[in-house]
Amino acid sequence: MFGLPLAFTTPWILVALIGLPVLWLLLRAVPPAPIRRRFPGVVLLLGLEDDESVMDRTPWWLLLLRMLLVACAIVAMAGPVLNPDTNESSNRPMLVLLDGSWASAPSWRQQSEAIVATLEEADRQGRDAAVLQIAAPNELEILPAAIWAKRFVDFAPKPWRPSEAQFVEAAGTLKDQSFDTLWVSDGLQTAGRDALLSTLRELGDVTVLQDPAAVIGLRNLELKDGELVLSAHASNAITRAPEVQLIGKDPTGVDRVLANGSLVFSGEQNAETAFALPAELRGRVSRVEISGIDSAGAVYLTDDSIRRREVALIEADSEQEGLELLSPSHFLKQALIENADLLEGALPDVLPANPNVIVLSDVAVLAPAEKTALLEWVETGGLLLRFAGPQMAASDLSRDVEDPLMPVRLRAGGRAVGGAMSWGEPKAIAPFHEDSPFAGLVVPEDLRVTAQVVAQPDPNLAERVLAELSDGTPLVTRKIVEQGQVVLFHVTANAEWSDVPLSGLFVQMLDRLAVLSASGSNEAAAMEGTVWQPIQVLSGQGRLLDGQNLSGVDGEALLNADTGLNLQPGLYRSGKSSFARNVLRPDDVLERVRWPDWVRVTGFEKPAAFDLKWLLLVAAMALLAVDTLASLVMSGRLRGTSIAAIATFFLWIPEPSQAQSLTPSETTDEIALAYVLTGDTAVDDLSYSGLYGLSNVLFQRTSVEPVNPIGVDLEADELAFFPLLYWPISTVQSLPSAKAIEKVNDYLRSGGMILFDTRDADVARLGSSSPEGRRLQQIAGALTVPALEPIPADHVLTRTFYLLQDFPGRYASRDVWVEAAPPDAEQVEGMPFRNLNDGVTPVVIGGNDWASAWATDRFGVPLYQVGRGSTGERQRELAYRFGVNLVMHVLTGNYKSDQVHVPALLDRLGQ
Amino acid sequence: MSAHPQLRRRAEAAASTLPPLLARANTLANTVLLGEHGRRRAGLGDDFWQYRPVQLGDTYRMIDWRKSAKTNAQYVRQKEWQIAQSVCLWVDPSASMDYSSNPKRPPKLDRARLLALAVSILLIRAGERVGLAGTALPPKRGDGQIWRLSEAMLAQDQRDDYGIPEARAMIPNSRAVFVSDFMGNFEAVEHALYKAADRGVRGVLLQVLDPAEEAFPFSGRAIFESMQAQVMHETRKANDLHAKYKERLQERKTSLRRLARVTGWQYECHLTDAPVQTALLWLYRALERGR
Repeated sequence: MFGLPLAFTTPWILVALIGLPVLWLLLRAVPPAPIRRRFPGVVLLLGLEDDESVMDRTPWWLLLLRMLLVACAIVAMAGPVLNPDTNESSNRPMLVLLDGSWASAPSWRQQSEAIVATLEEADRQGRDAAVLQIAAPNELEILPAAIWAKRFVDFAPKPWRPSEAQFVEAAGTLKDQSFDTLWVSDGLQTAGRDALLSTLRELGDVTVLQDPAAVIGLRNLELKDGELVLSAHASNAITRAPEVQLIGKDPTGVDRVLANGSLVFSGEQNAETAFALPAELRGRVSRVEISGIDSAGAVYLTDDSIRRREVALIEADSEQEGLELLSPSHFLKQALIENADLLEGALPDVLPANPNVIVLSDVAVLAPAEKTALLEWVETGGLLLRFAGPQMAASDLSRDVEDPLMPVRLRAGGRAVGGAMSWGEPKAIAPFHEDSPFAGLVVPEDLRVTAQVVAQPDPNLAERVLAELSDGTPLVTRKIVEQGQVVLFHVTANAEWSDVPLSGLFVQMLDRLAVLSASGSNEAAAMEGTVWQPIQVLSGQGRLLDGQNLSGVDGEALLNADTGLNLQPGLYRSGKSSFARNVLRPDDVLERVRWPDWVRVTGFEKPAAFDLKWLLLVAAMALLAVDTLASLVMSGRLRGTSIAAIATFFLWIPEPSQAQSLTPSETTDEIALAYVLTGDTAVDDLSYSGLYGLSNVLFQRTSVEPVNPIGVDLEADELAFFPLLYWPISTVQSLPSAKAIEKVNDYLRSGGMILFDTRDADVARLGSSSPEGRRLQQIAGALTVPALEPIPADHVLTRTFYLLQDFPGRYASRDVWVEAAPPDAEQVEGMPFRNLNDGVTPVVIGGNDWASAWATDRFGVPLYQVGRGSTGERQRELAYRFGVNLVMHVLTGNYKSDQVHVPALLDRLGQ
Repeated sequence: MSAHPQLRRRAEAAASTLPPLLARANTLANTVLLGEHGRRRAGLGDDFWQYRPVQLGDTYRMIDWRKSAKTNAQYVRQKEWQIAQSVCLWVDPSASMDYSSNPKRPPKLDRARLLALAVSILLIRAGERVGLAGTALPPKRGDGQIWRLSEAMLAQDQRDDYGIPEARAMIPNSRAVFVSDFMGNFEAVEHALYKAADRGVRGVLLQVLDPAEEAFPFSGRAIFESMQAQVMHETRKANDLHAKYKERLQERKTSLRRLARVTGWQYECHLTDAPVQTALLWLYRALERGR
């Protein structure tokens, strides 16, 4: 209407607008009523005449104001609606068809809102509905739309794309029924979509709801020239630069962001970024995430393939000034240096670095301590690769009894073939047996072995042989030791005894032995016939879930099959090797779906129908107020001072109090307890009154005399002035930005303390079992939080002011966590507590809702009930004591802890 | 009149404290009394005035022997001359005096009574006889009269719109104080004053006005009424009347001043938002001057 997207619910009321001119005439004729005033001076007025020109009619602007007022009221009553929903109603049931794949996960919330709104609208029209998720087909149930609107929370995006079979299946389910379809598409072209669409067209109207933004997925993370190269792919050419994070465990086993970067899509579908990380760090990367996109496609899990192996090379001590080419490990170095990190040195120096592989070339004698350490290392999964040589042949190593670090017993002396003093020809290598890990490698014809150490024939020799010479004597033998293995090459690592190290076969063999990388290069072959157990799987929104209870997957399928219910993207393990199946494979292509013209495609940005009625009524009320004032002024009932007062009242509209940036002078004059503003007003008020109550208690009982608590905005305010930050976890709070995180980390490093309170100890234990707990994990994931432990009984927090063993708040859970004591903390004889952390724990984490227990109003009256009766009051008292101890702890540090030294000091003083 | 019930109640309850009006009048009078003394002439009285050397014609009886014994000359001890004057007060009790433009400001009547009572206190302390005009309370001296005056003033309850000065039963050659807004019939005032002048009575006209009556701060459409709604005037735009009103008020004041000059009286206008001490001082001085 009027070129505007405007409609009226009851347009006939607008007829009343015709009455406006009549009203004009009426109002114009009636002047404002006079005021009666008592005034003794009236005798002096008697006989005075009014000026004839004096106005006795309502001024035109006042009339106009009143006309406008009435018009506003009339139009409001007619029920104007902006952007009205112009859908023609239909009596067919409504079908909400979801692709429900990972590609729709980023906008899942908006989708859900739109869908629920649609279902509710359908319910108002009395229509039935059905919801079908193609990626995970459920039974088609036609129910009243309101039921589906309630049930919709049960749907979640799946980490795979619907397959063609699923489209066909959906088309089959829907056939021969009548529906109006709302197809919530993930925006990606899939085979089978068109067929389903034509089926739907026969059933009724089709509307498509689709996120206009491009779908972005991570395709590959590979090691190229020592750098990790991350490639991403988008469904159409875009210009964006999303941030990516490389995440992995730090030495304490906590997930951390190891590196940040950004994927720059400069108007193309593909983007790449490279990370140059130290090998140490690179080995720890466990996944890559695009921050800000909640989708399984935005997460890339890594497996062994990007890890460079650490290989330690250890040679026998040779006194001789060796030529380089004769050095036992020269060829090994050449073979390994491309793909592995080499460690060289003595065994005791190398072992603590925990290399993946240790190569002993012609080492016969090991010190007993070294031997024990090496065996222990092998048992925990190390690969010990030994090469024979003159020294080994000459030694008694593994002669009579099999050495634990040798796969076989050896005969004395070894043998030489084809030399001047021996019979026979140099031996060739026999083709590899198909059970051998070397199966399939082609043995060059001209390889010859001229000397070797020879294995004693033992009952288990046959199963330990991996490669043999043409006469059947073992060339490579292997023994499994617990989780690790010991491999012996019966020849030297240089070209002295054989040609093997000179050939390409040598590198291939090392590769097969997983010396070079955890998984061999010939994946398909290696995967064949293996069964892989899912360890962690991705949810549609990119969260890692436990996958241990899912059934194993065939290796070939893992490599080649499409993801689906039976092959969920995630991390798989078989034996010691791990394999990550990601949502996108390196050569997958995302294609934007192209809908035919007759389909109506909408995004989420469509302006909602907006009811103007109340706006107009409010306007009418405002006009009424103005009119009242104007009438008062006109009739002289308002005098100058009153007008000024009213004017000031209107001008001085109290502005909503902004979180002002705190100035140092305000915050450094006095000590103040601070709390983190979460954006949830109720929580912030609670924090304030809680800290207010605690401040009062501190004021009364201790020499700490804090001023009123201060709320800090992590993004804007300086934190350094506050000794203690109370951080109630609210699910509404947005995750702090990278800058804020950095600020908080600085704060923690420089001696600040944060008390995290999930406020849910009544229903959940600390962990991810509650929404707040999950939120806390998300927030704290980026913070440098040290290893934690539940408060030990001898922690300094238990005695900084009061002697406490429990730390209740409104709830009395014992789950309160602080920084873990160093492992070497020892109890001093005769002392009730250990000499613990030489510092203040940077975080205290609990869920006891301390602020509620502390909270008082201005007069010191508690705001919230704690427990029942006097027990509850006792609990509140203990909560205050905990607060006092906490503040004392953060202010005095390890002062109380230092009392362990008191006896020593007294002793020194000669007492 | 708000002071009245309060006075009655407190008088009945305690019978010891002064009514508020009287108390205020006392306080007010005390501020003026400082430094103001008797007739400043030797004469019959109780207070010592001066010693003077004995002159021819003085009887021995008149010599102050104590003083004379200290010196070689003889001295006569003189007392200050004290002669009682009669002062009649008339405070306009009409309804128009009840007007106050602002609740925070006292009505004109309150101010008028306060001033009248304060000046009576001063006069009575100075030994004059003070009474109310008319026959209700003839002039008498002594502190008891102050009490009676205050009671009589509060008892007056004439509910006419405008008051007419009481000029009956005036003692010849006495003094009079008329306190009113003089908004009523001017001829009545004129008549009363001529009558008083005929008897040789001189005195003071104190016009008490509310600031609103002086400034006329009204606007808009209004109907003005007298306090008893006996007179009314309607206007469509009060602000236009401003100038004319002030002109008429000025005219009224001028005629009062002229009338006072003709009859030997003194005239002053007092606004209720002006300091009351100033008015009292003027009133007291005016009464002294005329003596």
